[in-house]
Amino acid sequence: MPAQKKIDQLVKSNRVVLFMKGTPEFPQCGFSQQVSAILNHLNCEFVAINVLLDDEVRQGIKDYANWPTIPQLYVAGEFIGGCDIIREMYDNDELQPLLTPQG
Amino acid sequence: MSINNQQITDLIIQSLPDAEVAVHCFSGDDHFEVEVISPSFEGKNRVAQHQMVYAALGDNMRQAIHALALTTRTPSSIKET
Repeated sequence: MPAQKKIDQLVKSNRVVLFMKGTPEFPQCGFSQQVSAILNHLNCEFVAINVLLDDEVRQGIKDYANWPTIPQLYVAGEFIGGCDIIREMYDNDELQPLLTPQG
Repeated sequence: MSINNQQITDLIIQSLPDAEVAVHCFSGDDHFEVEVISPSFEGKNRVAQHQMVYAALGDNMRQAIHALALTTRTPSSIKET
């Protein structure tokens, strides 16, 4: 399956998806570590995709989002941001309401 | 050759002539903190604002993009303080 289709399916069939380097248990990059730590701190359930395991996904996710870096957080199919944006939203109490399913 | 503070500022201003740009590079470290304030960001979410800055930097920072900590603001959001 082409990477774009794989990515599209992942973000549309899971509510919160984090494309990261490494895993939440063993992050391979400080920025990925920060975002997964924030999600864990907020007790948010999420699917973590380790881009280091798949070069096509690693490049494909940058094309998909028109965004040059990883980590990338998706909520309800929408690209929310990378580490800088997620931290800013967390600091401004904007992140938690976004992660909480409505209703 | 790595990029410097002035080059970053110049590239951003080229694409966003109405922007105020502040660049801090920490010595001994390749990391940059860049803050961009522009009325062109009005009505756009953070992702869209950052994408405008990434587009302005283009290929010049392809390698260094990981060393960039970016903050974007609209002038109206600052006036409150």
